[in-house]
This record gives sequence, structure tokens and C-alpha cells, in this order.
Amino acid sequence: METNAPSSTGLDCRGLVKNYGPISVLKSVDLFLAPGTCVGLIGENGAGKSTFNSLVAGVVAPSDGRMWLDGQPYEPHSPSDAIQRGVALIHQEIRLLPGLSVAENLFLGALPMKAGRIDRRYMEEKARAVLATLGVRVDPRRPVLGLTMAVQQGIEIAKAILRNPRYVIFDEPTAAVGETEAEQIMAQVQKLKSEGVGVIYVSHRLDEVQELADEVVCLRDGHRVSRWTERPVPKDEMINAMVGREFTFEHHPPSPSRDKVVLEVRGAGRSGAFEGVSFDLYEGEILGLAGLIGAGRTDVVRAIAGADRLDRGTISVDGRDIQFRSPKGAMKAGIFMVPEDRKGQGLNLDRSASENITLPWEKKLAKFGQITGRRVAEVGETQKDRFDIRGRMNLPVGSMSGGNQQKVLLAKWLVEEPRVLIVDEPTRGVDVGAKMAIYKILRELASAGMGIIVVSSELEEVLGLSHRIMVMSEGRQSGMLSREEAIPERVMSLAVSG
Amino acid sequence: MGRQGNAMSHAKSNTDESVKAGRNSEAPTGSERLAALGGSVLRQVPGPLIGLIAVCIAFSWMSPYFLTERNLINIFSQISEIGIMAVGAALVILIGGIDLSVGAVVALSLMVNAWLYRDFGVPFVFSSLVGLGVGALVGLVNGVLSTYGRVQPFVATLATMSACSGLALYVTNGGPVTGFPDWFTGLASLRIFGLPFESLLMVGIFLIVAWWLTFRPTGRSLYAIGGSEEVARLSGINTRAVKILVYVIAGLLAAVASLVLGARLDSAHPTAGISDLLSVIAVVVIGGASLAGGSGGMLGTFIGLLIIGVLRNGMALLNVSPNLQPVVIGIAIIIAVMLDRKTAN
Repeated sequence: METNAPSSTGLDCRGLVKNYGPISVLKSVDLFLAPGTCVGLIGENGAGKSTFNSLVAGVVAPSDGRMWLDGQPYEPHSPSDAIQRGVALIHQEIRLLPGLSVAENLFLGALPMKAGRIDRRYMEEKARAVLATLGVRVDPRRPVLGLTMAVQQGIEIAKAILRNPRYVIFDEPTAAVGETEAEQIMAQVQKLKSEGVGVIYVSHRLDEVQELADEVVCLRDGHRVSRWTERPVPKDEMINAMVGREFTFEHHPPSPSRDKVVLEVRGAGRSGAFEGVSFDLYEGEILGLAGLIGAGRTDVVRAIAGADRLDRGTISVDGRDIQFRSPKGAMKAGIFMVPEDRKGQGLNLDRSASENITLPWEKKLAKFGQITGRRVAEVGETQKDRFDIRGRMNLPVGSMSGGNQQKVLLAKWLVEEPRVLIVDEPTRGVDVGAKMAIYKILRELASAGMGIIVVSSELEEVLGLSHRIMVMSEGRQSGMLSREEAIPERVMSLAVSG
Repeated sequence: MGRQGNAMSHAKSNTDESVKAGRNSEAPTGSERLAALGGSVLRQVPGPLIGLIAVCIAFSWMSPYFLTERNLINIFSQISEIGIMAVGAALVILIGGIDLSVGAVVALSLMVNAWLYRDFGVPFVFSSLVGLGVGALVGLVNGVLSTYGRVQPFVATLATMSACSGLALYVTNGGPVTGFPDWFTGLASLRIFGLPFESLLMVGIFLIVAWWLTFRPTGRSLYAIGGSEEVARLSGINTRAVKILVYVIAGLLAAVASLVLGARLDSAHPTAGISDLLSVIAVVVIGGASLAGGSGGMLGTFIGLLIIGVLRNGMALLNVSPNLQPVVIGIAIIIAVMLDRKTAN
């Protein structure tokens, strides 16, 4: 370890260690961030990135190691202390209060006062100004409720900027947004950089890291395993450093036979969400659903899976017209949906992995109307082996890593095999290793004859997995492309077509 | 959270294991099995159980009469009606709802029953069935309002509580009804193996519901709904139907409690049971359930019930002013919840 004096400008972290009891999650990590530059921090889930961020932002104290801020010792004992010193952390999850106005959210905790009352005019003007510099177009007086994820993320950034930080940590700011929105967010980061702010940028999207970072640091199992200081950092090198093994992207889904239609959708529509959606899904086919966030992709699959009402149109499975008004009805017809939001829709994080997996199946698993804890555990273990889930199945699923949670979520819907499987954002917030495992599972299921619909905001994922791609734009079906036709530019142009 | 979810099933599998272990090595003695069961109970509901043991020790030390067989049977008998109501209330709280109408349902179903019997000469068996039907019907209204009607359960059941307590007064113009058939009031003093019939009824209801919650798919789905209704719905559970069922069960059990009360008092008062609401919620909360839903169970509720019962009985033995008793219950709620949280971590 270097022993020379700390730099007089910049954020200098040396030998940071964090232990939780006997478990060491961060092992002597060094990082230096100069003003006006960006350090990209990459690593699989559980590599220690979030822990590192928490140490720098004063959320938890390091077990060992030191930090200096512009030459001064820096030992933040709380997030507000860190903010006072000029270090802000923008969380991965959006933490805005939906009922309050945009301006109120921005100034929460430090509302400007005038004559004993909140100075609304000043607050709104200031909010408008800061939002404008970030290129976020939103009325500061409207409530946050109902704003898109990208706008909300922009507000989070504005909130941090209002405190005039000199160093900002972005923890996966683009995890929950589509391509265009991600570009907006990245433009905001660029702007901060140009104003002399030092940025630590954490993301699973390596394109973004390539574009933004002047230096890239890779963590694995709590160690700093690689550091690149010259741009551009090759993507395959980053991936190899993250997973710790040689790794190549595979894009070889076997071609499906086109003789049997499993799912037929005709003229489907739901008021206020989407209209005129018609397509066939063949046996053994993976159909990708591409489009911007808010284009209606999720609305379409939710309606097909009975989660939302379908106002118009018909759906048939294996040639039989089906009518259903609930997920239960859709499941009876053979259509299962793995929902996009793990926490809110997919899993009950307080319950064990096994209990989560058996939840949709309890009536079928019951013997003489009874289901025992032992039966639940058996099914859990079977699925654990089948989907290579790492972790203990009898512990709350919330204690597992994101990638394993996502595997539990898939396993939950595949205790018995459906005719049609819909997966909505199957790899959101999941590391590269788990991602590849999930792709493999989906391909195997398709080869076995299942019809699969994949909804994803990651173009690469849709293009890599699907046999055909349906593009949506503003609630309409704007194109259907074969794999050969589906080059990224073509998909994007259909996605933004009015 | 979720720690007590499978209280009963854990207890079961633990004893299964000890039995299995016994076959392989040496036969377990009864006391070993009991210790294993006690250990698993302690693991699932540590706070409430510690609390129960503490109050029992305190009262047996302060009053020589406390630990007598007669007094213990007395305690069981006194808590029967609250216990039956608490089973329903615990189910409602488990799915993240609340039922404020249970006390008023006791009053209404008892009054309707007594009114039909006295003023219309309806045979008592039938008037009782109508009384039970009234309870279930109010539960149905609560359930439909809070699902299809999208009214928050607190508000929906506040409204039905108000309506039921008004109707209970209206049917007889506020007057009490006395004089039930002898065979019915005789049930209150009936002893089976030396135990009061009403207490056995209450314990039976606890056991049936515990079995339902642990081993039946519908019962188990209550935990899923309480944890996250959307997750449960997308998992193919008919959440609205299950929720309505739970409110109907709660209403029906309140009506069953009204029969226990009527038999004991040999009369029906239009305000009977109304003051029980807070005790019932106290029982469920002391038993370790979270009002946010998704956690709690019959074992915890039963222990919570015993705590309330022992506290009431012990304070009566020690001649504590009845006006001070609710203060002690209030303190007990806070201690139980804090103790529970501490041991949970």
C-alpha cells in the first residue's frame, strides 16, 4: 500500500475494509477520485460496490482504512455529515415521497423559510432552475406521483445537486429506465463532470461506464481486482475481470419450428394503455418485446397474463379461445407471467425461498387437501438444483443476492411447465453470471417447446435472445422484425416512431 | 416478520425430527419431547411466552390462590369469549386488515337472537342460527366493502361497527332480554373432564384454525396476502375471495362468542361485547402479530390471550381497582411488543 501523503485535491480512499462479524465484505480497497473526473465502479452483485459506496457516503463506518477529502482526514459519521462535507450518494432506489410536489421533495429537510412560513416562490424558482440545468422537464409544483422513473431519477439527482456536492456517487442510476432515459441521465452526469464535480459511477451497463469513466475500477469478492486508467476500456476485459473467468457473449438461439401456434393475440387493447396488438407466438419460439419505457410493453403482457383487464380483442392458447379476468384464470389456460418488479409483484422477501416457489402451486401440491412444510421444502430443493440457486432455501428470500432472487422468481413459475411463459425484465439488476444462467434456462425451455415472450429494456438482451422482435411505440405495435432484420438501429427507429 | 408464520408447522416438524432421531438411537422420554416442543415454542414466540411466564410467576408469588386448579379453570372460562373473537381478529390482522366491528357484532347477533326468540317465539335453535347468520353477513359486508368497494378496512368496519351497535339497540328499543332456555344456559356450567365446555369450544376453534393456517392452501395464502397482496394475486390466488372469506369468518366467530356470552349471562344486553374490541386487538398484538399484516399466528394469539386472562384474573385477586386494570393492560401491550422486537433481532 502507498504510504505517501494524501493528495491535496480529490477524494482519497486507502485500504478500506468492512467486516460484518467474521465475514469480510470489503478487503483493503483503494480508490482515488479527482474533481471533474469520473471513476467507473464495476463488479458482480455482492462484489462490494454498495458497501464501498456506503462507507464513502457515511452510511456505515469502515472497519479499517482511511479517507481524505481534499487533503483533510474524512471520517463521515452519518449521511448528513457526508453531505455537509460535500459528498452525496444517489441511491439505486428512488426515495421520493409521491404525495409531495417535486419542489417539496427537492427541498425536503431544508425547506426555505420566510416570515415563519415556507417560501414557496423561492423554492419553486430554485427547483425550476436546477431541473432546467439537468434538462429535466417537469413542473416543480406537480406531485411526484405518476412521473416516469427517468424523471424521478432526474429529481433525485437534482436533489443531490442542490446541496452543492463536490463528489457524487451514482449507484446504478439507469437500472430501472430505458435507453433514451438512460442517455438523459448520462448527459446529466457529463454536465456535473464538466462543472468540476468528481463522480463515482456504478453500473451494470458497461456501455455507460465506457462512455463516462476516465478510470474504471473492478471489485470482485471485496477485492479490487483490476484498474484501467486509459480510455476506452475494452468491454470483454471488464466482463472477464468481473466474472473472474474468460467469457464470451453467445447469441445462438436455435431456430424454432413454425408449424404450431401456441398463443394467438388478435386486436388486443386496453383503454389508456395500448391498442391494436395482434401477433402469433409459435411453439419453441422466443418473442422479444422491445420499446421505450412507457411504450406499453408491460401493459400488453400484463393483460395477456390476466393481471390487468383486457378491454378489446381475443386471446387463444393452442387454438382455444380463452376468457379470463384474473392471473388465476390465465394460469389455468397455461399462461404464466414472471413479473418485472421482484419486490412488489414477484416475491415476498420476508418468506423463505421455498415458500415463495410453492405459493402458486399449493392447491396442486396438497395431498388430501393438506400441504406440509416438508413438501414445500422438497419442492424448494428440487427447484434449487434445477435452477442452480445459491443460498439456503429455508431462509427469507430477501437475504439472497439479486441474481439468486431472480432465479427463485423464475423457479416459482416453473414448478410445472406452462404453454406460454412471459418474462418481464428477467435480468434487471442482476450480475453477468446470473444473467447468462437465466438466458440459458430460457433457451432450454424454448427448445423444449414452450412459447416465451421476453420484455426487456436492454436492447442487447432482446436481440440476443429472441427469434423475432415486436417493437412497440406509444401503445401501438410499430413493427415485427425477424432476427435477421433486427439490427439495433432499426429497432430503435421503430421504437421512437410516433 | 414472518418469524411466526409457520409457528405450528415448525413445531410439528421439530417434534417429527425428534421422533425420528429417537428411532435411530434411543427412545426419547416424554420429558425430552416436551422439552423439544417447549424449545421450539420459545423460538417462535419468545416475547409473548416470556411475558406469560413472568406474569404467572409474579401472581403465584403474590397470591396463594392464583395457582389453584379452580382459579386456573376460572381463567380459562373467563377468556373463552374474547378468545373466540381473537381468532377472527387475528386472521383479519394477518391479511393486513382490521375489524373494528367484532364487538358490535357480538351485541347485534345476540340481540337479534334474543329478540326473535322472545318476541316472535322462534325456536331457540333457529334464532341462534339466525344470530350466527347475522354475524357472517356483517363479515360479508365488511369483506365486500374492503375488496370490491375499495374502502379501507378501518373505515369499512368503523361504519359497520356504528351501524351494528345502533341496530343492537334498535331491535328491542334498548331493553335487555332475559330468560334463555335452560338447556342453553346449562351449557355455561357444563364440564367435560372437569373443563368448562366454553373453554373447550374456544381451544377447539384455535386448533382448527391453526391447522387451516398451516396445512390448507387457502389458509396458508393468508400469509402471502398479508405479506404482499399483489404478489399473491399474480401467483394465481383469488385474493378478493380469500379476504372476504376471512371477514366472514371473523363475523361468524364474533357471533359464536355472543352465544357463549348469552349462555353465561342468561340474558342479552344491547351493549354486550362492545367493550371487548380493544381487548381482542390487544390479545392479537401481544401475541406478536404485526398490524402491517403477514406475521402472527394462532400460537402467538393463544399466548397473548393467556397473558390478558392472567393479568385480569391476577389483578382481581389482588384487589387492584378495576379502573386501573386497563392501565396495566396498556403497559403490558407496550412491554410485550418491545420484548418481542428485541428477541426477534
